[in-house]
Amino acid sequence: MRPPSPSIPEKEFLFTALKQSLRLDGREPLELRPPVLSFGPELGWVECALGKTRVIAHVDAKMVKPPPERPFEGIITIHSEISPMASSEYEIGRPSEEEITITRMLDKVLKRSDAVDKESLCILAGQRVWHLRLTLHCLADAGNMLDCACLAGIVALKHFRRPDVEVIGDEVTIHPPSERAPVPLSMHHTPFCLTFAFFPDSETSPVLDPSQLEQRLSAGLMSVALNAQRELCVVQKLGGVPLSLDEVLRIVNVAVLKAKELDQLVDTRLKEDWLGRNVELI
Amino acid sequence: MSLVLPGQHVAAQHVNLKLGPGLLQTSGDASTSAPPIIATRAGTLNHNPNGSKWWVENNSRRYVPAAQESVVGVIIQKAGEGFRVDIGSAQAASLDGLAFESATKRNKPNLKIGSLVYARVSLAHKDMEPELECFDAQTRKSEGFGELKGGFMVRCSSAMCRQLLDSKHFLLPMLGARFPLETAIGVNGRVWVNAKDVREVIGIARCIEAVDPDVGGTDEAGIANLLRNLGL
Repeated sequence: MRPPSPSIPEKEFLFTALKQSLRLDGREPLELRPPVLSFGPELGWVECALGKTRVIAHVDAKMVKPPPERPFEGIITIHSEISPMASSEYEIGRPSEEEITITRMLDKVLKRSDAVDKESLCILAGQRVWHLRLTLHCLADAGNMLDCACLAGIVALKHFRRPDVEVIGDEVTIHPPSERAPVPLSMHHTPFCLTFAFFPDSETSPVLDPSQLEQRLSAGLMSVALNAQRELCVVQKLGGVPLSLDEVLRIVNVAVLKAKELDQLVDTRLKEDWLGRNVELI
Repeated sequence: MSLVLPGQHVAAQHVNLKLGPGLLQTSGDASTSAPPIIATRAGTLNHNPNGSKWWVENNSRRYVPAAQESVVGVIIQKAGEGFRVDIGSAQAASLDGLAFESATKRNKPNLKIGSLVYARVSLAHKDMEPELECFDAQTRKSEGFGELKGGFMVRCSSAMCRQLLDSKHFLLPMLGARFPLETAIGVNGRVWVNAKDVREVIGIARCIEAVDPDVGGTDEAGIANLLRNLGL
């Protein structure tokens, strides 16, 4: 059963509070909930939490024969599981518009933005390539699950290391982690997704990283995916209130700053985790 | 105080025994004098000093309606003479249009879809949909029930609601000492709050969230600190 839409007092209160630039959780309008990244014992297992929104991302790799039309490229598939576990809004087998948007956006941000160098996943042209499978489990949705899932996915890809392989002639040898240190994936860049919510009243300023209530009462969402090098990957705005050009540019500029902060945070967290790990080299 | 699991026998005995939530009297066999009492949910077993009232306390976010409990609900549909109300239970409850103070056939309250109501569960049976009423059935006076206008609804765990209802709990007196406020506490995990200023309402909402044993479980000193940071 889908939960009923927020009650009238909730709606009116949220709008009056936002008009005074006050948010229910005490954040500034353009403030992100601090992301918490925790890594599992395996490489490529990441749990990302934005407030109470939590997503687990997990990467594994196997060797497959590439499709004949792309013999030099590895394959990346994204499996996103949005189950009723995250929120009673989601149902099994009947994806809502929102779920489809999340899935498509994940595909755009993580795969089509060419974050991972697919050609480096080729082992033997036309014979053997790596197939990366990224699984995203949405554990809890307290708003803005898309950004959380994108962050979890990209960090998992950065955290993952695949076994080293050696090719002599036509023979492929895989070195287990105990023999040779696994190698990180070669990444072109690190895109981050940032979602802004707009409200029907034009005087209300947009908010970054909407909470569940804000998201449900918003008149429209705009998601911007970009990397710390100011390269815009995806801009998504499906319907909602019309925005002026200045407004969009202002939002993109805010997103640039936030992406730089996120990039730093991810790098520090990955470094900390890597130092804490004992990688045995024999 | 001890922990019980569903199905576990509870040694509750008293001439005038009253069972609270989470306990069930089974039919039992005729050979034993007192019918056995079992727990129907996991939690801590509590009883009053003389052992006449027993109940099981636990924390959850799921609400199972029980008669005579106060709840905060959202009107989701107008159905003929009455309303359908979401109270967070598995099934929506029904609220009769005449179950309000001074309501007559001609003069029924006009509640919009999405309005909040503070009501009492008048009927809760596992095989029927719960029924609500917004007055005291004997006196036909509202007794504080009815539509909740303005303010904000905070969602919290059921343990938090029970704590807020406890007059010895520190939070509401502490907030009340700083600024005037209104609350309607539903045991279904919803608390309606109102104050003069938006900042104050946000402050109350954040305090309830922080004290919730499910989330933070912040103590009195922590809340004083939080309120100081909020400038209240």
